[in-house]
Amino acid sequence: MRAVRLSVVTAAATAAALTAVTGCAEKSDGKGDGAVQVVAKDDSCEVSKTKLPAGHIELAVQNKGSKVTEVYVLFPDDRIVAERENIGPGTKATITAEIKAGSYEIACKPGMKGHGIRQKIEVSGGKAAKRSPEMDKAVAAYRTYVQAQADETLPKVKVFTDAVAAGDVEAAKKAYADSRIGWERTEPVAESFGDIDPKVDVRADGLEDAQKWTGWHRLEKALWQDKKLGAEEKALAPALYKDLTDWQKRVGTADITPTSMANGAKELLDEVATGKVTGEEERYSHTDLVDFKANVEGAEQSYDLLKPIASKNDSALTATLDKRFAELNKLLDKYRKHTSSYEFTSYDKVGKADRKELSDAVNALAEPLSKLAAAVTK
Amino acid sequence: MTEETPEAPRDGNAPSRRALLGWGGAGLALGAAAAGVGVAAARSGDGAPAADSGAAVPFHGAHQAGIATAVQDRLHFAAFDVTTKDRAELVALLKEWTRAAERMTAGHAVGDGAYGGLAEAPPDDTGEALGLKPSRLTLTVGFGPSLFAKDRFGLEDRRPAALVDLPKFPGDNLDRSRSGGDLCVQACADDPQVAVHAIRNLARIGMGRTAIRWSQLGFGKTSSTTPDAQTPRNMLGFKDGTRNISGTDTAALGKHVWAGKGDGPDWMTGGSYLVARRIRMHIETWDRTSLQEQEDVFGRDKGEGAPVGKSKERDEPFLKAMLPTAHVRLAHPDSNDGATILRRGYSFTDGTDGLGRLDAGLFFLAYQRDTRKAFVPLQRRLAAHDALNEYIQHVGSAHFAVPPGVRDKDDWWGRALFS
Repeated sequence: MRAVRLSVVTAAATAAALTAVTGCAEKSDGKGDGAVQVVAKDDSCEVSKTKLPAGHIELAVQNKGSKVTEVYVLFPDDRIVAERENIGPGTKATITAEIKAGSYEIACKPGMKGHGIRQKIEVSGGKAAKRSPEMDKAVAAYRTYVQAQADETLPKVKVFTDAVAAGDVEAAKKAYADSRIGWERTEPVAESFGDIDPKVDVRADGLEDAQKWTGWHRLEKALWQDKKLGAEEKALAPALYKDLTDWQKRVGTADITPTSMANGAKELLDEVATGKVTGEEERYSHTDLVDFKANVEGAEQSYDLLKPIASKNDSALTATLDKRFAELNKLLDKYRKHTSSYEFTSYDKVGKADRKELSDAVNALAEPLSKLAAAVTK
Repeated sequence: MTEETPEAPRDGNAPSRRALLGWGGAGLALGAAAAGVGVAAARSGDGAPAADSGAAVPFHGAHQAGIATAVQDRLHFAAFDVTTKDRAELVALLKEWTRAAERMTAGHAVGDGAYGGLAEAPPDDTGEALGLKPSRLTLTVGFGPSLFAKDRFGLEDRRPAALVDLPKFPGDNLDRSRSGGDLCVQACADDPQVAVHAIRNLARIGMGRTAIRWSQLGFGKTSSTTPDAQTPRNMLGFKDGTRNISGTDTAALGKHVWAGKGDGPDWMTGGSYLVARRIRMHIETWDRTSLQEQEDVFGRDKGEGAPVGKSKERDEPFLKAMLPTAHVRLAHPDSNDGATILRRGYSFTDGTDGLGRLDAGLFFLAYQRDTRKAFVPLQRRLAAHDALNEYIQHVGSAHFAVPPGVRDKDDWWGRALFS
C-alpha cells in the first residue's frame, strides 16, 4: 500500500485512477498523507483525487505557475467551503475543511481573479462531521437569528433606498445607520457569500481596479460629503435593495458550524478593532458606534448560543467572556441616550482618549474570544 | 542562523546541555552582580569577552536584572494602565507575567509555544522570536505612583515616600499620553526583535487587565555599566555619562542604586527607583552649531570625550575649567552633593515629525536609591542652568518603584507589595 500511496503523492496526474484505495490507505499512514494534492499552474489546476470520502479533507496546494494564486473549495452555488489566498509562485499552502457528501468544485485562480480553473469533485458516504445535539441546537438557533436579522433589515433598507431614490437627503441620512444594523450583526455570514459584500458594503479604499463603487458607503459619501443625490446615486438605491434581497434569500442556506459561529464572533470583534475604533468604516457619516454596537451584539449572540458547550470545557473562559462583554456594553452605553436607543454619539465627537478606552475594551474582549472556538471543539 | 547555532532553544523545549554550558555560563558572568547570584564568572577559553550577545541573563535574584546588568544594545519600554479594578486580577496578572518572563528571558516561547497546539485556537506565543537566541533579554517591572492611589487596589498606605510625583521642571513640555503609567516593563536585549517580542507577549497576556499607555523603542545604548567598555555616543555625537556606576561595583550599587532596609517600606528593600524621560533633541539646530560651542556645551571634546583640559575620556574632570553651564559640570556628583544615578538610557529615532525634522533624542532611564535625593535635585540644577537645554526638550516623564528581584519559581513580581 505504501508504494501506491507514494505514487499518489508524486504523480498527481495519474492519481484519479487510484481513488479506490483512498480511505484505509490514508488512515493507516497518519499525518498529512491523506491530503489531496493540488498543483496550480497559470493555465491548469490539477487535482490528485476527484472522489473523496466525507469528513476531514486536506488540500496540499503547490503553486507551480508564475502568478500568485488562490484556491477555493466551493459548493455548487459558489458558496465558499474553504479558501486560501495569496499563494505565491513556487510556494505551498494547506487548506483543510470538514466536508459532507455532495458535489463540490476546486477552483484555482491564477492572478487571484476571475472565475478560476475548476475541477469537479464528488464527496460521498464516509463520516459526516460529528455534531452533538447541543451543537445542532446552537447552530439551528443561530441560523434562525441570522435569518431574522435579514428579514428585519429589509424593510429598513427599503426606507433608506426609497429616500435615496426620491432624492430626499435628510430622510436618507436618518435611515442610513439603521439600515445597516442587521447586516453588521451577522457580517461574517453575509461575507461568506463572496459576491454580495463587495456590492453592498465596500469602501472607496477597498475597490479593485475597474470595480464600480456601489452600495451603502457610496451613498454615505453622497449624503454626507457631497450633500447631494444625483441621477447616478438615485439609480444605486434599487440595486442595493436588490442585492440585499439576494442576501435575505440566501442567508438561510449558509453553512454554519459551531466553529464558524465562534470564529465569526471573533471576526466581528476584528471588524470593530480594525474598522470601527479607527473611524474608517463610517468616515463620512461618523455612525461608527452604531456598527460597533451591532458587531458586538452579533458576537454576543453567537457566544450566548455556544456558552452551554464552551462552559463545560472551559468555565474560566466563559466567566471571563461574560465579564468582558458586560464591560464593553457598559462602556458603549455611555455613548447613547438610553439603552434601547441606537442613536450613538457621532464618532468625530469621540476624542482620542475615549477612542483608546474603547480600543482597550475591544482588545480585552477579543483576546479571550479568540479562544472560544477551541473551547467549543475540545 | 539556526544552522550555525543548533542549540538555539527558542522552540519551547529546554536548551541542550551544550547551550546551558555555553550561554548559561556567559550569562552568569554578566548577570552575577546584577542578579545577585553568587556564581563564579565563567569566561570562554580564548579570552574573548564574556558579553556573548546571545546568552541568557538569569531572571531570578535578589535584585531585578536589567539594572546593573551590562547594558544591552536595544530597548522596548512599555508603560501600562491597569484597566481592571479587581486587585485579585492584577495579582493574577503579575504572576502570569512573571512566569512568562522566566520563559522568555531563558529563550523559550511563552505558554504552550507558537505552533503545534490546537488548530482552532491562536497559539500562546506570537512566534517572532522563534529561532533567536535569548539575546541577554532582561525584563524589569516597576510600579507607578498612580497604582497607589486611593480607592484602587488598597495600596495607598504602601506607597514609598521616595516615589514622589515628580515636580515640574523648567522647560518641561510633557505630553500626557507619553507620560506616567501604573506599571512599566523595561525590556532590554541585544536583538531588537527579542525585546519587541517580550513586550508584545506581555501586553497580550495583560489585555483586559492592562492596556499599553505608551511605549518607546530604543536602538542604541547611551550608557554603559561596564567601565572597561567604550562609552557609547548619544544622538548629539558625544560620549555622555562616562562616570556611570559599574554593574560590578557592589559598594556603589548599594550606596546609590538599591533601596536599603529602613529606606522605605520593606517591600522595596533591594529594589530601586526608576525615572524615565523622553528627551527630544533639536537635531537640526545642533548640527548647525560650531564645534567649539558643542564642546563647550558638554564640557568634553568631541573626538575622545575627554573633559576640558584633559586628554583621556576617563581622566578626572576639572570642573572649574568648564563653563558654569557645561553639562558635565552641572551633572557631576561633586556639583550635586554626591547625588549619583545609574544611567541606562537609549537613543531613539521615531522617524520624522510633520515638519521634516528628525524625531530623535534620548530616552533617559535612571535608577537610584531615592529619587528625591538623586534625579530631582540633579534635574532641578540641569533644567535651570544646562547650556544643553537650548537643544533638548523633555516631552515625556514617568517614575516607577522597581521592586526587588524575583527569588525563585514560586516568587512573583510584587509579591511583597501585595502580600
